[in-house]
Amino acid sequence: MSPLAPRLKAALALFLLMALVPPVVTALGDPFLTVVANRMLVFAIAALSLDLILGYGAMVSFGHAAYLGFGAYAVALGARWGLSDLLAQILLGMAMSAGFALVTGAISLRTKGVYFIMITLAFAQMAYFFFVAQSSLGGDDGVALQARSSLLGVSLEGDMALYYVTLGALMTIYAGLYRLTGSRFGRVLKGTRENALRMQAMGYRPFPYQLVAYVIAACLCSVAGVLLANLTEYVSPAYMGWHRSGELIVMLVFGGIGTLTGAVAGALVAVGLEEVLAIFSDHWRLGFGLVLVLVVLFSPDGLTGLAKRLGIGGRGNG
Amino acid sequence: MADLLEIRELRKNFGALAVTDGVSLSVAEGELHAVIGPNGAGKTTLIAQLSGQLAPDSGQVLYAGEDITHLDMAARVRRGLARSFQITALLPGMSVLENVALAVQARSGSSFRFWRDAGGEEITNAQARAALEEVGLADRASVQAQALSHGEQRQLELAVALATKPRLLLLDEPLAGTGGQEAERLIALMQRLKSRLTIVLIEHDMDAVFQLADRISVLVYGAIAATGSPEAVRADPAVRAAYLGEDA
Repeated sequence: MSPLAPRLKAALALFLLMALVPPVVTALGDPFLTVVANRMLVFAIAALSLDLILGYGAMVSFGHAAYLGFGAYAVALGARWGLSDLLAQILLGMAMSAGFALVTGAISLRTKGVYFIMITLAFAQMAYFFFVAQSSLGGDDGVALQARSSLLGVSLEGDMALYYVTLGALMTIYAGLYRLTGSRFGRVLKGTRENALRMQAMGYRPFPYQLVAYVIAACLCSVAGVLLANLTEYVSPAYMGWHRSGELIVMLVFGGIGTLTGAVAGALVAVGLEEVLAIFSDHWRLGFGLVLVLVVLFSPDGLTGLAKRLGIGGRGNG
Repeated sequence: MADLLEIRELRKNFGALAVTDGVSLSVAEGELHAVIGPNGAGKTTLIAQLSGQLAPDSGQVLYAGEDITHLDMAARVRRGLARSFQITALLPGMSVLENVALAVQARSGSSFRFWRDAGGEEITNAQARAALEEVGLADRASVQAQALSHGEQRQLELAVALATKPRLLLLDEPLAGTGGQEAERLIALMQRLKSRLTIVLIEHDMDAVFQLADRISVLVYGAIAATGSPEAVRADPAVRAAYLGEDA
């Protein structure tokens, strides 16, 4: 086994750090911070899934939050149908997401560039308004959940339990994507990002690979949606609005597009920054925008680029 | 010798301009067939139609007896019809070895494999290295493609095409932008390849063409002005007037 790639090491350090959060903040007498940190983890999963298509596949989806919504509504629907197990709800969310992604992805992938951005946005807004129109699910207002899900009979009512389940999901998905991006499939995806014509001249048809990646990303994002609904104990169409999709892209910009560790770090920093700035001012978005401008101007590769310049990071997978 | 490639009355118009104007041509198995012609004669457009990048308006392309006119690029590559690009088209952010390994991977097993590390596939890597060895790039395997010199990128173009295990190689100005030693190395490589592959070569470097070609076709305004041995083409008065007169 070769020594661990620097970015993989950085990710493991991040996970370890996050694992220490609940006991530390509880000891400090501020257990609510566990919920805040949990939110960071949830969006790290969503950002990771977006990075697969946006970073590795150069498919700039502006509708990725739709799958956050499908995951969340899978919890609401599951609760209604008596499905209270987290895994069952994840399966339901994945099934809904896969179906939607398969159809809309197959259509969207016929377009390129700015048209792809717009068409994914349009499809996501259709999903958004579909749930707005469901008065039985609270329509525009959304619906409060009676209780959190359970996992194999263990209740996730405690913030600590949900936190570690979320961290486990994040690490599992990171590991899976780490393997995937280094696999044959991942290589074809990256090659298509680099030069689709060249890939055709090697004998590939890029479309099925891109579509499969699109569906995988959707399914993984729905896991974040299931966890988000459990965290807030609330489900509303706002989870899948277009500005939420934009925020996911911003997280990738923060972290550095096209690296898994960057996606995780970007989400942690972006959500953390949001929480911190909100303490100081109601106009926190202004400060957030300023930081974003600084990142884009001075470190176009986000935190990954910064790490590289500081001598950590470097080439390789992760 | 049987014909490996047969082009029948191929036509392609861009608006009112007939870029390919009824081209018929046959390439025998094992032959190196050069296509020359002045700028704008439609050489690259012809290659694009042979490789499946462009669909002709009418006419037929037959490869190994099969009508491939309506097959896409990927299907033609799988049948052994590979091309190189005039304007270098590589995967710039990936390593030299990965560029070639992807071409090997395309013809060896499914690429819907999601778990095993592709970089650790010894058989794939060995074949990729062999192709790099062939073009003389073996010592640059771990460099990113975008960091190669122009001449090296031309070599890599050839290595990628070779790694698809072609039976017919379409080379679109492989010497473009190279000079001196680089060009000589590439010419020597084509000399070696021509003994085991059928090659359609588009090239502006007349010395190279007359040195390598078994037969030459001259394309002028989208139509074949003459086809024949290098000596016959050189002596053809119509060709001299249309093409060589300006150039040589």
